[in-house]
Amino acid sequence: MESTVKSTEAAPANGKVPLILGNPTFNTVTETISGIVENKPPRIWWGIFSVAVVLAAMGISMIGYLIWEGTGIWGLNNPVGWGWAIVNFVWWVGIGHAGTLISAILFLLRQRWRTSINRFAEAMTIFAVICALIFPGIHVGRVWMAYYMFPLPNQMGMWPNFRSPLLWDVFAVSTYFIVSLMFWYVGLIPDLATLRDRAKKGVRKYVLAAFSLGWRGANRHWQHYEKAYLLLAGLSTPLVLSVHTVVSFDFAVSQLPGWHTTIFPPYFVAGAIFSGFAMVTTLAIPVRHFFGLKNFITDKHLGNMAMVMLLTGYMVGYAYGCEFFVAWYSGNEYEQFAFINRAFGPYAWAYWTMIFCNVVVPQIFWSKKMRGKPIVLFIASILINVGMWFERFVITVTSLSRDFIPANWDYFSPTIFDVGIYVGTIGIFLSLFLIFLRFLPTIAMAEVKFILPQANPHAHENH
Amino acid sequence: MSTENKKALGILAEFANPGELLKAAEQIRDAGYRKFDVHSPFPVHGMDNAMGLRQSKLGFIAGIAGLIGCIGGFGLQGWVSAIEYPLVISGKPFFSFAAFVPVAFELTILFAAIATVFGMFHLNRLPQLFHNVFYSEQFAKVTDDGFMVSIEAGDPKFDETKTKEFLTSIGGTSLEIIEAK
Repeated sequence: MESTVKSTEAAPANGKVPLILGNPTFNTVTETISGIVENKPPRIWWGIFSVAVVLAAMGISMIGYLIWEGTGIWGLNNPVGWGWAIVNFVWWVGIGHAGTLISAILFLLRQRWRTSINRFAEAMTIFAVICALIFPGIHVGRVWMAYYMFPLPNQMGMWPNFRSPLLWDVFAVSTYFIVSLMFWYVGLIPDLATLRDRAKKGVRKYVLAAFSLGWRGANRHWQHYEKAYLLLAGLSTPLVLSVHTVVSFDFAVSQLPGWHTTIFPPYFVAGAIFSGFAMVTTLAIPVRHFFGLKNFITDKHLGNMAMVMLLTGYMVGYAYGCEFFVAWYSGNEYEQFAFINRAFGPYAWAYWTMIFCNVVVPQIFWSKKMRGKPIVLFIASILINVGMWFERFVITVTSLSRDFIPANWDYFSPTIFDVGIYVGTIGIFLSLFLIFLRFLPTIAMAEVKFILPQANPHAHENH
Repeated sequence: MSTENKKALGILAEFANPGELLKAAEQIRDAGYRKFDVHSPFPVHGMDNAMGLRQSKLGFIAGIAGLIGCIGGFGLQGWVSAIEYPLVISGKPFFSFAAFVPVAFELTILFAAIATVFGMFHLNRLPQLFHNVFYSEQFAKVTDDGFMVSIEAGDPKFDETKTKEFLTSIGGTSLEIIEAK
């Protein structure tokens, strides 16, 4: 009997805690996850969704005004020509990276616990990259010319400059978006087929039938499907590392003190994973609470994510220290000034907020007891997200505001439109994420079934 | 609907669990059936060997596409920067290939990933919105917790009664002859 093999019987003999709690059968996995999509959402869903939609609408109207009026409505001034737009762009792209790390790198490393969180982490990636792409799109000022960024033949005979890191960024982030979207969709196909087979007649059934492509769980399909999944994981791994490397080139390839450092690529990648895991944690804790998924996203998952944050927190902490060392060791007075100015200049408040959130806060994860408390994790992960936003702000704005000649210096202050558009993208992100929770399986059912003990064909032999 | 005898399109049998399904696949393979498939809610470990399938060729498809992306990437950038629109930028040579690495790399990944996904659809002949197994009412179980075997009527060894007996003998339950509705 397929469903009566209990996890306890087939559980690994090494006494490890099972990845999915509550001894689920294949059928209870289907019922629990599909139930979220098929039943009415909890009231809190409507509460958060309405707030998110209002914020998104505000952000979109401000973007409309920006397109009408121009980037002058932002707080940009003469030395600081690159303000919140780039800060937000880097922040959002970085958040996206945890999704790919979970879906691709942890897959290649055979980290089976990833199956409970990969689906919504990938969804988070896609929505974060959408939010990120808004900023380079609108900060060009004349949005109707954004297509200049692509190498399209045109009547002017003009082509983009392929030696510019900003153009590399266009290719890196667009490739990242397309590949993440395909990876996510490929993962969804078997689960969409499950929902299709459960749906009653009607539009819902037709839509699901179309998107599940007639999937019938055939092994002749699984064979190529698994190969495709492995290849996509293998391709996404160098891709995700390259994306934030290229993003860091936007800064590192320039000549500005504070930007022109070789540590940027690994430092940015570590920071991206750090902030991304913080965002996954921020989203996972309420999702598992309000949708009753505590058997799927267990305390073990949260604990593992906390440990990843602790590790990557040390990596960014090391980078902060290393930058100071290199500034001192270089003997270059502009470089030295840039860093002293960062920590003790007019933006010291931002710098120390960053240090507190990114270096001090994660230390709480040394304690196993604290790692087991969702509320502690939730608050810490939000603080880390704040800290990582400030990291990009510190890098961008402190370096620009005081460059080589003191006569050029100026202090940057955001306007209501800087803040509004940023908050607006958070609204867009949350709206998309909540729609995803409502209409698509939050947890990859086929993959979770695969890691249950009774899915192993040898678990059923009588010993 | 029609009064004439319906033609059997295939046969469907359910097995208890992934282990039984794996053994059944081996026995069906050894009995000489070719046009058969097993259906499960998740990929079953070791099933490709049990069914006697050859390795997927998807890796080659992805590799070739990646190579095209890489060469195309360098070609596009070199052609634009050195031939079609040469501009002196920071005193660099027109064909400054080191600066072309990031874009060529991204295009390698992009082409390989697109080829992987669409190559997989092609090898699987997806989308195929209808298949004979969908005539069966019980087939919906496959995407939940059902482990089934289907043998198509087009198989040279297919015989309604004999195949049915054979599947029963290897542990198949809920046997069903698939007929058009």
